[in-house]
Amino acid sequence: MNNQYLPNTPEQRRQMLEAIGVGSVEELFSYIPEKLRLNRPLNLPHPMAEARLMAHMEELAGRNEVGAVSFLGGGIYDHFSPAAIDHILTRSEFYTAYTPYQPEVSQGTLQAIFEYQTMICELTGADVANASLYDGATALAEAAIIALNTTRNSKILLAGTMHPWYRKVLDTYMADLDAQVAEIPAVDGRLDLDALAGMVDKDTAAILVQSPNFFGIIEDLPGIGKMLEGHKGLFVVCTDPISLGILEAPARLGADIVVGEGQSLGLAQSFGGPLLGFMGVTEKLTRRIPGRVVGETRDTQGRRGFVLTLQTREQHIRREKATSNICSNQALCALAASVYLSLMGPGGLREVARQSLLKAAYAREQLAQIPGVEVPHAGPWFKEFALKLPRPAAAVIDAMVDRGYYAGIDLGRFYPGMEDCLLVAVTEKRTREEIDGFRAALQEVLK
Amino acid sequence: MGHPIPLIFERSVPGRTGYSLPECDVPEVPVQQLLPAGQIRQEAPRLPQVSEGDVIRHYVNLSSLNHSVDTGFYPLGSCTMKYNPKVNETATRLPGFARLHPLVPERCAQGALELMYNLEQYLAEITGMDAVSLQPVAGAHGEYTGLKIIAAYHKARGDHKRTTVLVPDSAHGTNPASAAMVGMKIVEIKSDCHGCVCLEDLKAKVDDTVAALMLTNPNTLGLFDINIAEIAEIVHNAGGLLYYDGANANAILGKVRPGDTGFDVVHLNLHKTFSTPHGGGGPGSGPVGVKAQLIPYLPAPRVVKEGDQYRLDYNLPDSIGKVHSFYGNFGVNVRAYTYIRMMGGEGLERVSEDAVLNANYLQARLKGHYHLEYDRLCMHEFVLSGKLQKAHGVRTLDIAKRLLDFGVHPPTIYFPLIIDEAIMIEPTETEGKETLDYFIDVMLQIAREAKEDPEKVTQAPHTTPVSRLDEVGAARNPVLRWQP
Repeated sequence: MNNQYLPNTPEQRRQMLEAIGVGSVEELFSYIPEKLRLNRPLNLPHPMAEARLMAHMEELAGRNEVGAVSFLGGGIYDHFSPAAIDHILTRSEFYTAYTPYQPEVSQGTLQAIFEYQTMICELTGADVANASLYDGATALAEAAIIALNTTRNSKILLAGTMHPWYRKVLDTYMADLDAQVAEIPAVDGRLDLDALAGMVDKDTAAILVQSPNFFGIIEDLPGIGKMLEGHKGLFVVCTDPISLGILEAPARLGADIVVGEGQSLGLAQSFGGPLLGFMGVTEKLTRRIPGRVVGETRDTQGRRGFVLTLQTREQHIRREKATSNICSNQALCALAASVYLSLMGPGGLREVARQSLLKAAYAREQLAQIPGVEVPHAGPWFKEFALKLPRPAAAVIDAMVDRGYYAGIDLGRFYPGMEDCLLVAVTEKRTREEIDGFRAALQEVLK
Repeated sequence: MGHPIPLIFERSVPGRTGYSLPECDVPEVPVQQLLPAGQIRQEAPRLPQVSEGDVIRHYVNLSSLNHSVDTGFYPLGSCTMKYNPKVNETATRLPGFARLHPLVPERCAQGALELMYNLEQYLAEITGMDAVSLQPVAGAHGEYTGLKIIAAYHKARGDHKRTTVLVPDSAHGTNPASAAMVGMKIVEIKSDCHGCVCLEDLKAKVDDTVAALMLTNPNTLGLFDINIAEIAEIVHNAGGLLYYDGANANAILGKVRPGDTGFDVVHLNLHKTFSTPHGGGGPGSGPVGVKAQLIPYLPAPRVVKEGDQYRLDYNLPDSIGKVHSFYGNFGVNVRAYTYIRMMGGEGLERVSEDAVLNANYLQARLKGHYHLEYDRLCMHEFVLSGKLQKAHGVRTLDIAKRLLDFGVHPPTIYFPLIIDEAIMIEPTETEGKETLDYFIDVMLQIAREAKEDPEKVTQAPHTTPVSRLDEVGAARNPVLRWQP
């Protein structure tokens, strides 16, 4: 058979077999006991030539609806991604390289990660950042593991306003460890600080808070941070990196660990993956951080260079005593975020955050004027908000799709009792015209 | 490259911008009116202030400092650095995939769900498993998920004493690290003289506390463990399960399936065997496959097919739960799906044949010049030892660095730990004989240099953008970010 990825010709194969001293390729597999062999062809579809394959892929892709005006959020957002990002991501030298174990021929990847770490520190106010984690949810779980190992306490206080699927991932990761997870209750879409005050004690390993939270509400981070004063428990904040264009860096408000989902920083929505988990920690937690970390050093001629460092934390050295099992992370996604943040700079990031906020504010004001629609939460919020509808949200979302809008997320999926609530996200990409159209369509659907 | 490339921050010119954003077309309100006073950002993050041209030039220049599959041979053992087909990249960037939000109504994502469903079926067929989840996003994440499933299975049967995981001494470091994350104790099993599981040691250590044995087959020496049926019997008789680390699956496609050799759980690295790019350290994808009795414990949600419609099923009471925010690295899974449809079953079998042929050819040609601990036919990779060269004061690290001068990425070195001065070579099937011959010539030259001019090797590399870097200093005085 001919195949464009398999270069060896029949003649070359023959020469190689001769050099090995065997008569056939089959002999090379002779160590596999015959009774274990799969003695039939794999039952897979026939190979497709590239042109037909692309037609097939286009047909599959075409059965996904991506033309609707999107007000979907819940961790994945339709922010603007400059064209330049994908031009860098498609540089073969970046995307077909391995983890930079050989620094002399990996300075491109290593320097890019070093710059990424710096940008995450600048955004979050943290002292040290790692090279990336899988996504926001596993970054949160890894933060909880740091807290368990550092404090030797077992009590994790988890915000009920945290993304429900992040909470599910956290539950998975905590289930087999010596940890008890208690949920911090919420009132009016915001954590109940009085209740939290009664939960914090000397056995607390960490408080895990998301801000802006799942409902878009900004939590009282300074107030929550103060509750841990005098306790060894760690304050972990999960945040939206875009919000940090106008909101204070969580580490400056007392967070020991700042984590979050970096998809908003130029990554495609891609049906929820690949994503980018980021993590920044205070200096004293440097040697507790999971995964790759890049450091600056010098070569034998005194030139600046970069290497993977503090590797004694990692699985390939420490095996079962490593801070985490993570090996492959999301390096190319971190590169995308670096290119995004370089292009945006401090001014662009602030403007993205400001416009998302103002457009969301305008949208909420407009939508709240529709008869029967209410705003259930009062607290300060960022680019996402809940709406209470006079009808179950699921049916409304469905009807809105037919009018060309992804209206938002049915909160009843995540919070029993909120079946008539819709979670709406607005980014800087939405125009006033789209928001006005959304209002008109929703009004019609709710009539 | 005499002058290091400045950091992007060092290119910053105050007032310069690299973005274009729309005018704000809604009423302007001072943000102070909308945000809590104590949480408004006081100091802007010190991000670079650069133009788009600055950014592009910076990252393009950085990229030129990398070795990559697309620029040269990359025989990195156990990493399967094969060619990454370009059609994969084009397919995953189709707007219908790239712009799809994970929480759209399911009727708006039928193409994506069908792709996931079918990819799961294909991977189940390839591995001989009954069901697959695409949710884990990396090999280690797959190991973690697989071990969680195993733990859940034992617990559901009321078998609470199973708290140990057996791991061979030749295993990847992620195996014990993953076991530790599910709260298991690790017991190491010795290798026999072929680098395979020592049956006596296994029998001595297996008992009713064993949850699972984790195995890579072919193992990290590139050798197929011929005792696999007996190993499976020993572990199963003791009530344990068998976990297959799919890092080396590139050797076995269409030839032998883990599910037919006694394995109960597998993970695959789609970024190895199924041609998706490594991205300089991810994103990858680490799907997990299981036998029928373990299906109830797979992560939620699962893709199900009803008639000709696909949906996500969350109603899985025995599931281990979620291990990812959404459904895994979908964009990577699109690439692997594309590859499998391009190759078909026949093509995948040829992949393994050529991968094994290439490895054996290199082994046959190099073994007189470098020490080969286990001299038998290998699978897709093999491990040399640099101990002949060590006698001349040349270490394996030096050989690796000298290869850089010839435009070849070094093999994996000092792994597995059971071989002194290990050099682990995996050529993959996408390299032609002339590339292999070039590599052989270079390796022979380095072997000669080790004898005749060892300093040339120990001082290498001589031609790379930077020379050897002070890694000890980097760890001792960590500088982990730029400071203005």
